[in-house]
Amino acid sequence: MAQPLEFEQPLFALEAKIDELRHFSQEKGMDLREEIATLEQRAQELRASIYQNLTPWQQAQLARHAERPNAIDYIRANIQDFIELKGDRLYGDDPAIVGGIGFFQGRPVTVLGHVKGKDTKDNIYRNFGMPHPEGYRKALRLMQQAGKFGRPVLCFIDTPGAYCGIGAEERGQARAIAHNLYAMASLPVPILSCVIGEGGSGGALALGVADRIMMMEHAIYSVASPESAASILFKDATQAPRAAGAMAITAERLHKLRIVDRIVDEPVGGAHRAPLEAAHNLGAAFAQELASLVDLPPAELVERRYEKYRQLGHHLLMG
Amino acid sequence: MKDFIRNARQRLLEETREQNPQNDVVQEERETRMEGLWVRCEKCQEIFLAKELDKNCRVCAKCGHHFRIAAPQRIAALLDPDSFIEWDAHLPTQDPLHFPGYKGKVEKSQRETGLAEAIVTGQGTIEGFPVVVGVMDPRFIMASMGTVVGEKLVRAIEGACAQRIPLILFSASGGARMQEGVLSLMQMARTSAALTRLAEAGVLYISVLTDPTTGGVTASFAMLGDLILAEPGALIGFTGPRVIEQTIRQKLPEGFQRAEFLEQHGMIDRIVPRTQMRSQLALILAMHTKTEGVTANGPTA
Repeated sequence: MAQPLEFEQPLFALEAKIDELRHFSQEKGMDLREEIATLEQRAQELRASIYQNLTPWQQAQLARHAERPNAIDYIRANIQDFIELKGDRLYGDDPAIVGGIGFFQGRPVTVLGHVKGKDTKDNIYRNFGMPHPEGYRKALRLMQQAGKFGRPVLCFIDTPGAYCGIGAEERGQARAIAHNLYAMASLPVPILSCVIGEGGSGGALALGVADRIMMMEHAIYSVASPESAASILFKDATQAPRAAGAMAITAERLHKLRIVDRIVDEPVGGAHRAPLEAAHNLGAAFAQELASLVDLPPAELVERRYEKYRQLGHHLLMG
Repeated sequence: MKDFIRNARQRLLEETREQNPQNDVVQEERETRMEGLWVRCEKCQEIFLAKELDKNCRVCAKCGHHFRIAAPQRIAALLDPDSFIEWDAHLPTQDPLHFPGYKGKVEKSQRETGLAEAIVTGQGTIEGFPVVVGVMDPRFIMASMGTVVGEKLVRAIEGACAQRIPLILFSASGGARMQEGVLSLMQMARTSAALTRLAEAGVLYISVLTDPTTGGVTASFAMLGDLILAEPGALIGFTGPRVIEQTIRQKLPEGFQRAEFLEQHGMIDRIVPRTQMRSQLALILAMHTKTEGVTANGPTA
């Protein structure tokens, strides 16, 4: 059972009550169908009013939900015979980014994703989904390999940002990210990226220069995490909800700004409420977008990608 | 020497007072202006006439400390006289997210700097060698990269590509501009993508990192030069030192993220003092000219 977020508590309380009534009626053989139906109706309305009117900060909380499916869950559900490939061949392997090859609906693909852990131990192992330069260099190596063998690249974005620490700086975090942006811009195979949870800053973008940029309905994508934006703008990290509101981080806003090409529907209440349904929706979206790209000659694919980024934001610039 | 300057400054201040014994307001103003005539080196505390510092490209004559420099001043010191033609000087900055307080912030920076945005781009010559240049100005919202900065960079890169003229970008930036959200983030992708075209065309790109170069600017075009130069002591990194210290809860080693640190770690080609930047760039340009018989004194020398 998912842990309720603060704004979900009335709904969870109601759902618990409905469950209780069901048990009670079964145990005692009492007919409470009418009462249950009434409460179900109320729960339905409450769900709609909560999840259709989420504030950006509430979206951020859903996007970071501890039980939200991670890249490994989506890979397991959508990629057959996945083989993980590790290491950057320069320094190390970074478990904050998972990479490998497998079949997506019968087609060989290269898969890359930031991975947040499922519990404390896993999170420490995966550094809370915050990659070091090795993670980006592994991703680069696998992307270039995909280019060589003509495999489309599917990316799952889910990171608070690239790790900031002494070692990361010493080993060229900035250069590692920059090099990915550069390489992705001219990779001769289709690239599809979907923000599945949190898309934080350059650390997210390093898997996000793509032919199609997608977001799960409750994912967020931002230039900096709401906390760091708040500390930069208001000199106060506790102002994160305010920064989240001002920065346009939700799928809906970014789709309207024409930065995000497609929003992938989530089950009511978020992907963690029905992970397989979420994975199915994402798989269907990937399949549909991929179908429109796989037959393009590589030169045209790259040209279109260039134009996409060339034009990005132009309507606002000339506004 | 120090004493001499201090005495001179004192004398100037006293003279000002004598000239306006009754008018306190005017006197105060004059004192401020007098203060403006003198600058103290942030590093060695030496006091200079501001004019002298400007003449030395804002490099301390005593300890070599590099003061930050405004874009127009750098361009004047770098390019051949009257060779600069500015591009896209008036691209209007938009407020796409209607971010609270952003418009006012932009207007304030415009008033204070006389610039329309945080980067000046255009073409000119260095010792006769044609170049396309982009120079970021840290006075303008910490030269953060929003849509207009990104667009001017993309146009400069494409211009260099179309004319097959070497590109030199001087970066100085706090990173992506928060107030334009993900649109700022996308400028990292746009500038990097544009550079792939320049590379395909075989055109030279020299990136010069100056104080400070951090965040999304470092993590995109600034680290993608064929040659990467840096000014001495410049702060260069992905995450700023304050945030790293807060995150890892330990003090950072002396010299961390300075140009010299990056050179040691293999991240940049070389450190070039500002006073030698023009001659060094001319030499590099000469080595990338296809015509035979050129020297650093110019293509026709």
